[in-house]
Amino acid sequence: MSTATDTTTSGHTYTPKDGVLLEVDDLFVEFHTRDGVATAINGVSFELRQGESLAILGESGSGKSVTAQAIMGILDMPPAVIPQGHIRYCGEDLLTMPEEQRRKTRGPEISMIFQDALSSLNPVFPVGWQIAEMFRVHRGMNKSDALEQAVRLMERVQIPAARDRVKAYPHQFSGGMRQRIMIAMAIALDPAVLIADEPTTALDVTVQAQIMALLEELQEERQMGLILITHDLGVVADVADRIAVMYSGRLVEKAEVLDLYASPGHPYTRGLLESIPRLDQKGQTLAAIGGLPPNLMNIPPGCPFNPRCRMAQDICRTDRPALREVAPGRLSACHFAEEVIDA
Amino acid sequence: MPEVVLSANNLVKHYPIKKGVLRRTVGHVKAVDGVSFDLHKGETLGIVGESGCGKSTLGRLLMRLEEPTAGTVQFEGQDWSGASARETRRLRRNIQIVFQDPYTSLNPRMTVGDIIGEPLEIHPDVVPKGGRRQRVQELLDLVGLNPEHINRYPHQFSGGQRQRIGIARGIALNPKVLICDEPVSALDVSVQAQVVNLMEKLQDELGLAYVFIAHDLSVVRHISDRVGVMYLGRMAELGEEDEVYSRPTHPYTQALLSAVPVPDPTLRGKREQIVLVGDVPSPANPPSGCRFHTRCWKAQDVCSQEEPQLEMRQDGAGGHLSACHFAEPRLVVETVDVSDLVPDERFVSSSTDDLDDVGSGLGHDDSLAPDDRSTVERSSVSDPQAPADTSRVVQDTDDQQR
Repeated sequence: MSTATDTTTSGHTYTPKDGVLLEVDDLFVEFHTRDGVATAINGVSFELRQGESLAILGESGSGKSVTAQAIMGILDMPPAVIPQGHIRYCGEDLLTMPEEQRRKTRGPEISMIFQDALSSLNPVFPVGWQIAEMFRVHRGMNKSDALEQAVRLMERVQIPAARDRVKAYPHQFSGGMRQRIMIAMAIALDPAVLIADEPTTALDVTVQAQIMALLEELQEERQMGLILITHDLGVVADVADRIAVMYSGRLVEKAEVLDLYASPGHPYTRGLLESIPRLDQKGQTLAAIGGLPPNLMNIPPGCPFNPRCRMAQDICRTDRPALREVAPGRLSACHFAEEVIDA
Repeated sequence: MPEVVLSANNLVKHYPIKKGVLRRTVGHVKAVDGVSFDLHKGETLGIVGESGCGKSTLGRLLMRLEEPTAGTVQFEGQDWSGASARETRRLRRNIQIVFQDPYTSLNPRMTVGDIIGEPLEIHPDVVPKGGRRQRVQELLDLVGLNPEHINRYPHQFSGGQRQRIGIARGIALNPKVLICDEPVSALDVSVQAQVVNLMEKLQDELGLAYVFIAHDLSVVRHISDRVGVMYLGRMAELGEEDEVYSRPTHPYTQALLSAVPVPDPTLRGKREQIVLVGDVPSPANPPSGCRFHTRCWKAQDVCSQEEPQLEMRQDGAGGHLSACHFAEPRLVVETVDVSDLVPDERFVSSSTDDLDDVGSGLGHDDSLAPDDRSTVERSSVSDPQAPADTSRVVQDTDDQQR
């Protein structure tokens, strides 16, 4: 179990200030396409503390993956443009950092696990070689030492017969095992922040349970800040400390996990929770949210959720609600947040 | 019980594995290996299982998109698998299918009117030629789309709307059975609920019977009357929805249910998850005896030698079909934490009497009285006031007894 700690050297280049690792401040991301400008992220702010699990919850097109890619600095620019905003890692703005310096943060400081392990791994290199690459490039290790570390990491993420399989290729592994290899690569350099973008969406439930258990264990062991990006309310309830709910590029609610599930503070969150089939509603109509998420090139004025909202009033169609504190530790971007919480 | 519309009898589908220059058959992928069940008029049979368990192949066999290697499919008592081409076409009017992926199952070059109208072209006697356009517009209206959009193309619709188009095509011929192969898996949560609602509405209005194939256990529970759990081409457990979910007797079903994440953070750390080791074995070379024995914590010698049959086995409150030598009920689905409660004697006794009081007097966490009865009563589905959610995992009764 403790072998993996040997793979890391203690201490990062950066030290968090007051426990805050990552701070995203009023971030905007636009995609300039032939058809027009799509605003994928529209003023998002949040912070991540040491050892904390923050879940970013949202449906497809809500901007949750783009947020992760902006933090990692792996957006294709162009077409993506970041017209304003800051992403600070331990106080340093990643967006203004020279690329050479930023490259050194990817891996040792911030790393990421992707949804689709098969297309994220290189099919023509053995998995051990790919894991070892982290040590060769960032730590300057020689081939055999780096491979030795790769074996230890593979053991750490519970790949059976790791030493025999270190030279196997990605296609020789099952979906769950590939995701373990992705995790091994992501934690190789003992990052302070781990971003997991839908890490279990492509997996079956029994395998999903294995992978989530592993992630939790690793986070506990290394006190990483974890950003879990998902659309699955069940996974969030199991893992997250805090939740940020995104809708059409905006944060609509931010709360502690227990508060949010007990009494959601935004009609969208409430709608999502009510959309899950529940035992006491069997045979009844599910409380679905009507309509569809807006087109990002044409976000409605006022609250972006107003066309689908059951509580919408005139003010919702004209005034955009700001994300404000509606109760201690709870933020909601709804004009009627207090009523939603009490409902 | 209503009449049987569709029945599968010992259905088998093996795909040959070919190798070498001569393409010799070196083995078989046993996708479906002896599955039997009856589907009654107007009911929903849910089929759950992980990827590779053969649930989609089963759907295609029922539809006769694949010829079974062995076994038969009967529609209203008539054997469908040996029918002539003309007979097959006639019978197919009664069985239609909705596919998983709304992006690839609609022809991008056809308008919505052509897509939904195509079954009417193939079966011209259902609606006279002059009335087809009107019928398509009725169908669009029925599935909640704007009838004026009849001339649009699939790419002009969102995923949820496309799935509605697929459903409209499926019900165009007034079938009696609709096979739904993962119809909501590709959709977002909020849209998924809309489509599930639509399917329930259509079932009520048209008296359809559904075979609902999915991997999402909570959706299947919501929509199904009966549920079958598949593992490596075989049915592991089959029963009424509440039998399978509240009194599962097959270890695989128990593990599957316990692995489902529950959208309730208050249960964190209080649920007992059965985390299975390893992956599903290859269907080309399934384990001997019980196919689950390689991952099962209960496995004994007999499990690797003798294949357990799918038969009635005690579930603590009657019995339902299960294929495990050591079938015994285990409470894995719960809404509240009952880990420190005493187990209910119902799991020890095999009498069926106590079913009657199941679900009585139980509400939410505050009603969590530390007496014995409330332990299992909460797992019931017979009381609509009862548990707030579908899949909760608690300490199983065995552990509590220890």
